[in-house]
Amino acid sequence: MSARETVLQLRDIHKSFGDTPVLRGIDLTVTSHQVVALIGASGSGKSTLLRTINLLEPIDDGQILLRGEDISDPRVKADAVRARIGVVFQAFNLFPHLTVLDNVTLASRHVFRRARAEAEARGMELLEQIGLADKATEYPDRLSGGQQQRTAIARALATDPELLLLDEVTSALDPELVGEVLDAVRQLGESGTTIVMATHEMAFARDVADHVVFLDRGVIEEEGPPAKLFWTPSSPRTREFLARFLA
Amino acid sequence: MTREPRDTARPPSELELGRRAFRRRQTARSVAIAVVSTIAFAVVAWFTILSTPGWERVQESFFSIDAAVKAWPRVIDGLWLNIRVLFFAVIGVAIVSLLLATVRTLRGPVFFPLRALAAGYTDLFRGMPLIIVLYLVGFGIPGLRLEGLGRMPAEFWGTIALILTYSAYVSEVLRAGIESVHPSQRLAARSLGLGYAKTLRLVVLPQAARKVTPALMNDFVAMQKDVGLISVLGAVDAVRAAQIETAAAFNFTPYVLAGLLFVLLALPMIRLTDWYTARMRVREQMGSIV
Repeated sequence: MSARETVLQLRDIHKSFGDTPVLRGIDLTVTSHQVVALIGASGSGKSTLLRTINLLEPIDDGQILLRGEDISDPRVKADAVRARIGVVFQAFNLFPHLTVLDNVTLASRHVFRRARAEAEARGMELLEQIGLADKATEYPDRLSGGQQQRTAIARALATDPELLLLDEVTSALDPELVGEVLDAVRQLGESGTTIVMATHEMAFARDVADHVVFLDRGVIEEEGPPAKLFWTPSSPRTREFLARFLA
Repeated sequence: MTREPRDTARPPSELELGRRAFRRRQTARSVAIAVVSTIAFAVVAWFTILSTPGWERVQESFFSIDAAVKAWPRVIDGLWLNIRVLFFAVIGVAIVSLLLATVRTLRGPVFFPLRALAAGYTDLFRGMPLIIVLYLVGFGIPGLRLEGLGRMPAEFWGTIALILTYSAYVSEVLRAGIESVHPSQRLAARSLGLGYAKTLRLVVLPQAARKVTPALMNDFVAMQKDVGLISVLGAVDAVRAAQIETAAAFNFTPYVLAGLLFVLLALPMIRLTDWYTARMRVREQMGSIV
């Protein structure tokens, strides 16, 4: 295994919506090829944390370092940073007026200015990998939820991002479709993609993640390798949360 | 409208065959009823109008074939002018209204003056009657004796006036369309690294345009008719040509002729958009629409 380098570093992140504090001092380090799972109740700040990393949500205090570069500096070009980070949303957010392939190649063609042929070759490769090559010319609304979410994953990967953020990617799917999306994520993790994911799928977090972070009311209550966190949690709040989920 | 299933590998059941036969009978009955009622209505309408005491005189002065044939060359020449004016006006409106709509959706305090200006523009030109804009532009601007613009023909000023007025309407339609695209679409586009302008051009506008196509078409057809108003500036378009012919022959048929030609002009565009929106729906959505 190659030497691990730090991809993402969060230092004392604070964020409030109005008077409601959502993140209250988050410190987190993600190294390359690591799969980090954020778990916690709804409203614990998982999604907000992911959105601050991608600069879709400005932070109130703290620092976000992407490969050592402070991307929370207002002088940094947000679009350039976002181009280096892939995001998959809970509700897919595919573009309904573009075909599956065009959805996947949009960023390579218009942000990275790659030639159409080149972008489409890479796009087809990804769709092949994810089992959707035969749907390339379909429009998103004609696909099932699981196929849509897999398309969204391919779209996020099309520009070979340094970091992939997954925001509860299976929450909008029924149990049967959850499996196919989780398999796609598992494959990515095994192939060495650096991933930070917010998830409610405890079993999945346990199997796939290298590092699990339990967020509670805007702070990291406990973090560690899945075996440790799920079987011998040290914090009573973690135990309480897991008891409700794994019961 | 029923579509037969594409799966031909399995023969349909007795039950399904029965349902299909029933639907065919229903369709045939509906068509028969429609045909009979249409004919009945037409016959009643025809005899009612024919039996009015003044019908013969009205027919002579509004529906005279001779007068129509005589007026044809001049009116069709005039209509050609309308079409040319319409062509340039549509291009002008597309550009100006898109700019206005974009400016009005810009966020941030920096753009306040631009936003306010665009809002003021739409308020002014949506409120002002087109005919007054035509007079002000058509007689006012040439009065300034600007170098090079002094000798522009009436249809030029008419086109400008149409662009000014219709851009205000169309920009509001476009703005409604832009704001109707769900914010999560912008979020997804920005997360891919697309900037504000590219997000607007590649993601928001294509979806917005589709949502407001019927409304845009409405404005297009309205403008197609209002092109006839440039005649008040002295341009010899279809309406003015009809007026000249009417005055010469003491017969109103040329007006009817011009009116019918405007209707014919509008039809292809209306059908085209109906066809286009239906195709989009079939292509991008699954299942039937109830």
